[in-house]
Amino acid sequence: MYTRIYYFRFPKDTSDQPVIYHVIKKHDVEVNILRADILPQREGVMILELRGTKVNVKHALSYLEGLGVSIERLATRVRRDDERCFQCGACTGVCPVASLSIRREDMRVLFDPDKCTGCGQCVLICPVRAMEMSLGREWFDPEGSRTPSISR
Amino acid sequence: MTRKTTEKTYAEINARIKAGKAVVVTAEEMVTIVREEGAEAAAQRIDVVTTGTFAPMCSSGAFLNFRQSVPTIKASQVWFNKVPAYGGLAAVDAYLGATEPCEDDPLNKVYPGEFKYGGGHVIEDLLKGKTILLEAKAYGTDCYAARKMKREVTLADLPHALLCNPRNGYQNYNCAVNLSDKVVYTYMGMLKPHCRNATYCSAGELSPLLNDPLYRTIGIGTRIFLGGGIGYVTWHGTQHNPGAPRGDNGVPRRPAGTLMVQGDLHQMQAAWLKGLSILGYGCSLAVGLGIPIPMLNAEIAAATGVSDEDIYTQVVDYGNDYTNNIARTYGEVSYAELKSGAIVVNGVTVSTAPLSSVVKAREIAEILKDWIGQGRFLLHEPAQLLPGPQ
Repeated sequence: MYTRIYYFRFPKDTSDQPVIYHVIKKHDVEVNILRADILPQREGVMILELRGTKVNVKHALSYLEGLGVSIERLATRVRRDDERCFQCGACTGVCPVASLSIRREDMRVLFDPDKCTGCGQCVLICPVRAMEMSLGREWFDPEGSRTPSISR
Repeated sequence: MTRKTTEKTYAEINARIKAGKAVVVTAEEMVTIVREEGAEAAAQRIDVVTTGTFAPMCSSGAFLNFRQSVPTIKASQVWFNKVPAYGGLAAVDAYLGATEPCEDDPLNKVYPGEFKYGGGHVIEDLLKGKTILLEAKAYGTDCYAARKMKREVTLADLPHALLCNPRNGYQNYNCAVNLSDKVVYTYMGMLKPHCRNATYCSAGELSPLLNDPLYRTIGIGTRIFLGGGIGYVTWHGTQHNPGAPRGDNGVPRRPAGTLMVQGDLHQMQAAWLKGLSILGYGCSLAVGLGIPIPMLNAEIAAATGVSDEDIYTQVVDYGNDYTNNIARTYGEVSYAELKSGAIVVNGVTVSTAPLSSVVKAREIAEILKDWIGQGRFLLHEPAQLLPGPQ
């Protein structure tokens, strides 16, 4: 099985189309919606985890590309500033997917961007603001507390 | 049969350091050495054990003296990059506290506050060589006529800049949980309701005062690694509490001793003094601190052999108890448990996250080891030891 997390930007004119339905039904790809901000006649943004055979995921991505959807691996949009990070480990207490974790033998704080789901919880918890996420300006925050569209 | 007991002096150890013959190890390495060779043999073979810690230490700040301008000023209100500093000193002296937020900071009005910039950040920016906007106001006197002053300065423009931290290097600290039913944002980090996470903040077996639990070597005048440069212990820190309950090994089981430390900011480095923004709590400063411990005798060597398994702390509720000053503990856990990533509180497994950097603490202990190994850093015998337990 091939699993990857992607960051999609949907053009305005796709907001009335059942895009995800096609991805699932026609390309046999499992879709886990991690975040979504879709409004009528507005550019939409989604973070999706796609799981399937490598070929199927590839086909699903070309289908989306054909609709004018811009596609990026989420991992390219999240970054840790290793100059600022002082390896305290506070972030490991909030990361829900162990993208930030501690290697116990030496207590080093590891960051694996491929596991990141873009929840953004680490961004403000990090006391030196070493975590950077660029997920668009008007990012929808379901908890209504803070937008993780932090770009330093 | 007479048993040989090691008794070394500071002078003997310094002579070995100067000759490049001193045997220096870190507190982490010392754990195995004492375990395998015993305290007596370790005291004989090892000369210095280095410790380290790098963590938020809120009671920190700097005395900053800025040159006079013309007309001269007796600055009574002072700001560095809009962060207020205390100006109730003479003329052009000010004390900039690490937790002081920027004047226009929304604080916790937008909860939880982000506290993006404060005194700790100014100290870091000074060390990075950045230009800082210095502003001052005064009421004006015959000898100091100016009523206001505004100038851009860098650290190089400040003739005297003294890091002066009244409470650093806490000997042990609480493990924090939240037993209330809502999220709390504390200086111990974000704590989820119903005890769903725990945080802790100590370098454990690398921590300076945990390696000299009864203050046999650390005192006024002890030369230390401070913020990447050389500093000194200048007093016991505020809230120093040697009377805290201790284990059989003398190690306190809750927060106990503290240190007041000072050093010239000009020779420190931004990598070892970092401004912090603690969500919902405030600004602070992460301080890199390392203390060498001379192996004067077996008792001192034995103490530096302490391991995370032998250091315990208390689980404290920050949801309700802490802010209401209720002294209650929800159990005792070792640093070995805390560092494993999970502890058991009230019969339930709770995941843990550190706030103190073990990686950087180790790096500090290694740097200090190198300095001493190269003969660049000599030990200084304290003029007076810190107050100990009765």
